[in-house]
Amino acid sequence: MQYISQIAFLVVVAVATYFLYKRITQIRKNILLGKAAGRNDNQPDRWKTMLLVAFGQKKMFKRPLPAFLHLLVYVGFLVINLEVLEFVIDGIAGTHRIFAPFLGDFYTVLINVFEFLAIGVLLSCVIFLIRRNVLGVKRFKGSEMKKWPTLDANLILITEIILMFAILTMNATDMLIQGQDEHYAQTGTFFFSQFLMPLFEGLSVSTLILVERFAWWFHIVGILGFAVYVTYSKHLHIALAFPNTWYSNLKPKGEMENMAAITNEVKMMLGMPVENAEEPPAEIGRFGAKDVNDLSWVNIMNAYSCTECGRCTSQCPANITGKKLSPRKIMMDTRDRAEEVGASIAAGGKGLEDGKSLLGDYITKEEINACTSCNACVEACPVNIDPLSIILQMRRYVAMEESGSPASWNSMFQNVETSFAPWKFAPTDRFKWADELNKEPN
Amino acid sequence: MAEMAAKGESPEVLFWVGCAGSFDDRYKKVTIAFIKILNKVGISFAVLGEEETCTGDPARRAGNEFLFQMQAMANIQVLDGYNVKKIVTACPHCFNTIKNEYPELGGNYEVIHHSTFLQQLINEGKVGLKGGGEFKGKKITYHDSCYLGRANNIYEAPREVLQALDAELVEMKRCRTKGLCCGAGGAQMFKDAEPGNKEVNIERTEDALATGANVIAAACPFCMTMMKDGVKSKEKEDSVEVLDLAELIAKNEGL
Repeated sequence: MQYISQIAFLVVVAVATYFLYKRITQIRKNILLGKAAGRNDNQPDRWKTMLLVAFGQKKMFKRPLPAFLHLLVYVGFLVINLEVLEFVIDGIAGTHRIFAPFLGDFYTVLINVFEFLAIGVLLSCVIFLIRRNVLGVKRFKGSEMKKWPTLDANLILITEIILMFAILTMNATDMLIQGQDEHYAQTGTFFFSQFLMPLFEGLSVSTLILVERFAWWFHIVGILGFAVYVTYSKHLHIALAFPNTWYSNLKPKGEMENMAAITNEVKMMLGMPVENAEEPPAEIGRFGAKDVNDLSWVNIMNAYSCTECGRCTSQCPANITGKKLSPRKIMMDTRDRAEEVGASIAAGGKGLEDGKSLLGDYITKEEINACTSCNACVEACPVNIDPLSIILQMRRYVAMEESGSPASWNSMFQNVETSFAPWKFAPTDRFKWADELNKEPN
Repeated sequence: MAEMAAKGESPEVLFWVGCAGSFDDRYKKVTIAFIKILNKVGISFAVLGEEETCTGDPARRAGNEFLFQMQAMANIQVLDGYNVKKIVTACPHCFNTIKNEYPELGGNYEVIHHSTFLQQLINEGKVGLKGGGEFKGKKITYHDSCYLGRANNIYEAPREVLQALDAELVEMKRCRTKGLCCGAGGAQMFKDAEPGNKEVNIERTEDALATGANVIAAACPFCMTMMKDGVKSKEKEDSVEVLDLAELIAKNEGL
């Protein structure tokens, strides 16, 4: 009988691992649809950024209340997972609370800490649900927050609440069993779950064992199932926040990525020496970005790291004033398109050649044209996602491949070319301002 | 610059005037105010005059990388031709482009924005801190330019310049890293806004007016235009002035 549960446990773990592995491999492929990014420089700064921004949640604290609640869930997630270690050992070895006899009183302390965090997670998730569904905090709304993103957010919160309840139920029934069966490891009193004990009092030992086992299995299967679910969800940020911040842009935010392919062309036009002139020119796909494969892999990882919190959109001057642009939507679209292309390739389909593209079928010109490049979205993102980078690459595609920029921008280009200023003034008038200086008596 | 070079002189600093500073009637006043300050403190400086051309910033932000690089290369050739080492400019867009984007194309200069430059003059005691100037006790609010603030982490220099006026600096509810754009960046200056329910500059002007300040201090030609237009459409131009940092300092100095 005991072996059956051990085998069942191993089967459950194996199935979850299989799906996780498959999914992670697929996401990796999807991210690598993007071009090389060259972000391996300056490693000490990269580790520091990751420690501060992802591990230390530095940017979350611009909004103290959600930051505090999120911190509870985050610490809960990190610490309660230590308990999962015991779950796994018990599951494989067929033991029950294997650490209890070894750790003695300290075990009680540990479980109490876990329970405290479980309560923290539970309360935070309840408040988060209220903020989303009752208070209707504005940044959780928006045109891109359609059925799935809204459901996804609620599913995550509800799952976490249920998982925490499972732990508490398991501990409460365990304490009741301990009172009636001395074969059970004595763990002392757990502060929070003792309040659940009245719910189960009066049940027979066998029923209690059944409830306790059910809660145990529910928790571990729940965690494994949730882990697989996360890879399909916005919740993936719990893992990707770390590499995402490591690969942050460390340069000043105002600096745009230089296009080396164009530098070579310009140099040749101006008769300047070109680096690597002997080498045949690298194959240039297209200028700027039309689809996900024109972006860098960091752009796509950004999209998978986005948890759709909407801080970017809530700070975006275009969005605030009713324009179509929403930086969050840019990221969600990028992820959706990468998923679509990746799934199609995996199924032997047309992939990128499916007649669709990120710009056009997902993101419109109206959206990218509304951007003021103010970097508010980049600044606001708690995990250093850069929606502006994608927007500007798309503008490059529109300007250089389609010549499809707004007419007034085309006139501005013309002015820069012919008058050397974005406005149509005679270049010979450029120094006229000095006349006024000379007019005034000094 | 050409004149100085002909005489074999090399100025301490090149003042990059920018297109707005050269052609925009409102911003020409800022150029002149800044020149007066430079003259007063006796710094040897030069301008490129007719040899200066657009840095290429708006072209690059609008997606025309080709045009940007053509402009950049041409400017770098001129700057290197005069062996320019240090550049000061009153335009955050020119500042950002020359400082951050020219190096990759071979143009390496020490570039500072005029807010930092003024702050240095104040710290050195060459300008300001006379007390009892025109702006003593007046409420001034500072509008962060995105290309100074978030783009280049310059938040304090402009504020320190304002403090030298002995004025009361009042912050808008959205300031520093959370400062709201004026609406002109990313080449928006050169086209109509996309359809929406409000102009960005109106939203921002409301922030500024809510502080009750008499002066909105700006440090960017585009912000200047947007805030000025915003104040005008709110019919507050009689009670609220939009002034550049250089103008404030020059006025305070009686220049």
